Amino acid sequence: MRHDSDQQKLFNRRTALLAGGKLLLLSALAGRMYFLQVLESDKYRTLADENRINLRLLPPPRGRIVDRFDTLLVDNQQNYRVVLISEQTPAVEQTLDALSAIIDISDAERARIMRETRRRRSWVPVTVRENLGWEDVARIEVNAPDLPGVLIDVGQSRLYPHGIMTAHVLGYVAAVNEAEANGDRLLLLPGFRIGKNGVEKTHDLALRGKGGSSQVEVNAFGRMIRELSRQEGQPGAEVRLSLDLEVQRKLASLLPAESSSGVVLDIRTGQILAMASMPSFDPNAFNRGLTPDEWRYLSQNPMAPLINKAIAGQYAPGSTFKVVVALAALEAGAITPDTEFYCNGSLALGNARFHCYKKEGHGRAALRDGIKWSCDVYFYEVAKRIGIDRIAAMAERLGLGQTLLTDLPGEQPGLIPSRAWKQKALGTSWQGGETLVAGIGQGYITATPLQLAVMAARVASGGLAVMPHLTMDGPLPGESATRSLSLQAGATEPALFPDLGIKPEHLRVVRDAMEAVVNEPRGTANGARIKEPEMAMGGKSGTSQVRRISKAERDRGVIKNDDLPWERRDHALFIAYAPIKAPRFAAAVVVEHGGGGSAVAAPLVRDILRFVQERYRLPATAPTANRPDDPAIALQNSG
Amino acid sequence: MALFSRGLNAPEMTIGRKFWQVHWIFLLLLTAIALIGMAMLYSAANGNMEPWASAQMARFALGIGILIIVSLIDIRHWLRWAYVFYAMSLLLLAAVEIMGYVGMGAQRWISLGFFNVQPSEVMKIALVIALARYFHGSDPEDTGRIGHLVVPALLILLPTALVMRQPDLGTAVMLMMVGAILLLLAGVRLWIFALAGMIVLAVIPVGWHFMHDYQQQRVITFLDPESDPLGAGYHIIQSKIALGSGGMFGKGFLLGSQSHLSFLPEKQTDFIFTMLAEEFGMVGGLGLLGLYTLLLTYGFAMSLRARSQFARLVGMGITSTFFLYVFINIAMVMGLIPVVGVPLPLISYGGTAMLTLLFGFGILMSVHVHRDVIIGRRGIDDGW
Repeated sequence: MRHDSDQQKLFNRRTALLAGGKLLLLSALAGRMYFLQVLESDKYRTLADENRINLRLLPPPRGRIVDRFDTLLVDNQQNYRVVLISEQTPAVEQTLDALSAIIDISDAERARIMRETRRRRSWVPVTVRENLGWEDVARIEVNAPDLPGVLIDVGQSRLYPHGIMTAHVLGYVAAVNEAEANGDRLLLLPGFRIGKNGVEKTHDLALRGKGGSSQVEVNAFGRMIRELSRQEGQPGAEVRLSLDLEVQRKLASLLPAESSSGVVLDIRTGQILAMASMPSFDPNAFNRGLTPDEWRYLSQNPMAPLINKAIAGQYAPGSTFKVVVALAALEAGAITPDTEFYCNGSLALGNARFHCYKKEGHGRAALRDGIKWSCDVYFYEVAKRIGIDRIAAMAERLGLGQTLLTDLPGEQPGLIPSRAWKQKALGTSWQGGETLVAGIGQGYITATPLQLAVMAARVASGGLAVMPHLTMDGPLPGESATRSLSLQAGATEPALFPDLGIKPEHLRVVRDAMEAVVNEPRGTANGARIKEPEMAMGGKSGTSQVRRISKAERDRGVIKNDDLPWERRDHALFIAYAPIKAPRFAAAVVVEHGGGGSAVAAPLVRDILRFVQERYRLPATAPTANRPDDPAIALQNSG
Repeated sequence: MALFSRGLNAPEMTIGRKFWQVHWIFLLLLTAIALIGMAMLYSAANGNMEPWASAQMARFALGIGILIIVSLIDIRHWLRWAYVFYAMSLLLLAAVEIMGYVGMGAQRWISLGFFNVQPSEVMKIALVIALARYFHGSDPEDTGRIGHLVVPALLILLPTALVMRQPDLGTAVMLMMVGAILLLLAGVRLWIFALAGMIVLAVIPVGWHFMHDYQQQRVITFLDPESDPLGAGYHIIQSKIALGSGGMFGKGFLLGSQSHLSFLPEKQTDFIFTMLAEEFGMVGGLGLLGLYTLLLTYGFAMSLRARSQFARLVGMGITSTFFLYVFINIAMVMGLIPVVGVPLPLISYGGTAMLTLLFGFGILMSVHVHRDVIIGRRGIDDGW
């Protein structure tokens, strides 16, 4: 038994050693517990809260856009979309595989999703698909356990109820691109849209509003358990435009789809009642996402459906420019209304011969007939007398050669050439012949339809510096206050715009001639006159040559527009104001490659001016029916 | 009775007397810990008995029955059948290599139709008994000889190698450690352990080379969990957050945000201690640790009290296995050691682990019940 007791003693010693070791290890556990749960507890408490609490941005509803009578131009609609949060899914590819069993995901879409997933922070949800139907939403919800990181998100998308009719003015919204992301977390939200064109772009900040936030408790799969707190954002402001939807629709439907544009202005206030450009596009398509075919059509079509040609189309103004030349000459004292020139069909200057559109010539004419017949030789003579710089100065006073709007992106300034300009831009000196060409609105001169309408408005207003604008009264958040304007008519109302300093009698002469253009038998646009005297308009046609007519062709006989390919035909232009007694509305229409201004553009202007006058003049058709007290609509013309 | 009467030095006991020898306080302690486990399983199911707590309760009841029955079996039967039991376990282990299930990425289960056996669990007990059997018959002088250690080394390394191949790193380490503890208790010289330790250190680079990718990954992730916060490190990071955020007194029963919002993985099995410490704080964690320590102390006391080397070694071996479970699991969830799949005894959900554990405790209890049985150096040979 000695062995046994030795053995037991050894065993007991070793047991004590073992017990000591175990106690040490257990103490290590307790110590670790103390370290984690007492010493480091605050740190881990914060981490646990970060785990469970998500700060979610609440996108503000984008402001609506209405016309002058508060008719909806842009609304929001509910949009169910499925988003993917990459940090909440173990494998993005696998989750997409599972998701594509429920909804179709094309390879291109998949590539885009993977790209965005890599580009964006892992907590940022990436939109997989928008505008889901109810059935798809339900199927995704049911399969949620197999789709970690996949969430259904109810957002709002833009609805443009008038589609192509209002497309260019309103513009459209689209997803934020990388260059536009400026650190505002709102812009990182999936499917967040910002204005990319039109009013949506210029008033983007106001329309956007301010994002709110919501603290929610989520589980490890990102599913929301409950909301802990909420801070409401500020919805986007409503933007009211000076547009009158009815006039806008009328104009848009009048304009031929083959490339044309037009503007209707209120002369007294400068408010744009209608602005359209054709062909147009459907802004709703941008919302749901364009197909490659659609995009190709929109971006490569030679008629540029995406461009607002009313402000970005720059055309030689043609004979409409004669208004400028006449006023410049009268103001310079180079001619009087009675100054006569003889037109035999052409004018020689040096070796060159400058032709009148009327080959046999107009004969002897004074200023009134020169405008009324649109005699080119008359204006060659006038231009020769006053020179390009005085023409340019008058053009600029009448609103040409500069951008006029603050509320639309993409406006082009056109071009009013001068000696200094040519020296600087082309490095050569001005040629006398170029002055002659400028005298009939050809050559370097270009202007936009909006500028032409403003020019008509400035002449018709009695020489006021009418400035066009599109946004109605009332300051908008984030924007400079726009002029407070009322449409209320009244003779005693002080003028809103400064006087340009053009002598009233000169303006009267030119207006008289413009009225003759339309209303007298030999006037170029007599066929497009408004027959009711109280609505009669004054105007000026223009046919701007796109091609150069060679000597040979002129000898053979100038080819008729109808026989030319579309892109080589003349542009048809017409500017007008109405009614002639107390001008209230100004309009300009350009039909690209349309042919003769008086034949093609003038009837369109007549129709729109007639429409707008009837709408605002006659109580029966005026939109006062439902809102009789609105002073803005009490448009009964004092004249 | 005749079976036990021949050649035994201790007075014979009837089944009834043995029954009264069962250490009922020990059983009470076991039950207390198991009840804590069921409460945690109830919480893990967001306040439901289903699917875990009720099933666990049934298993515990079954296990306690097995424990009591096993405790009544004479300790000398274990001595007699020790090598057979070991050989059968080894065969089973080998069998899973051939016909085992593939579950959780590793072959660990063997199906008996109605019941899945995990041979590695059984091996933990068989190894303890086999080693105890071997050292029971050896002189203290023998244990000092290197040559005398060849057999126990083989006894340890054979199953370890098989388990490694499955691969089950956790169990392999555990078998090695249990074996080492028995060698220590049997009186193997301490310098041999030092030598073995140095050899292990030298072998680590080689072993690293033979490790599976996921095992390597676990070690890397253990060393720097933040290196892969969404992948392999996720478990341990979330576990530490849960523990730490529990603080001193915890978030309250059923109120652990990490556990209940599913940030904590495997909360009903390997990471159940984390959940307990999140909901009951350090106070709760230390409380459970205290109960375990008390259980271990009883285990030590029962083993020391036994009058045969075999019983002592078996008792200490089983107690130590239990200790290793507790330590490895808790150290793992607290980020002290790599993530290895070791359940928290009596608490974690799982049938095999619970039944094997209570079976083992049954043998420990048998050691206690038969504490006065004296077995000769050559064991059964000199009487039986």
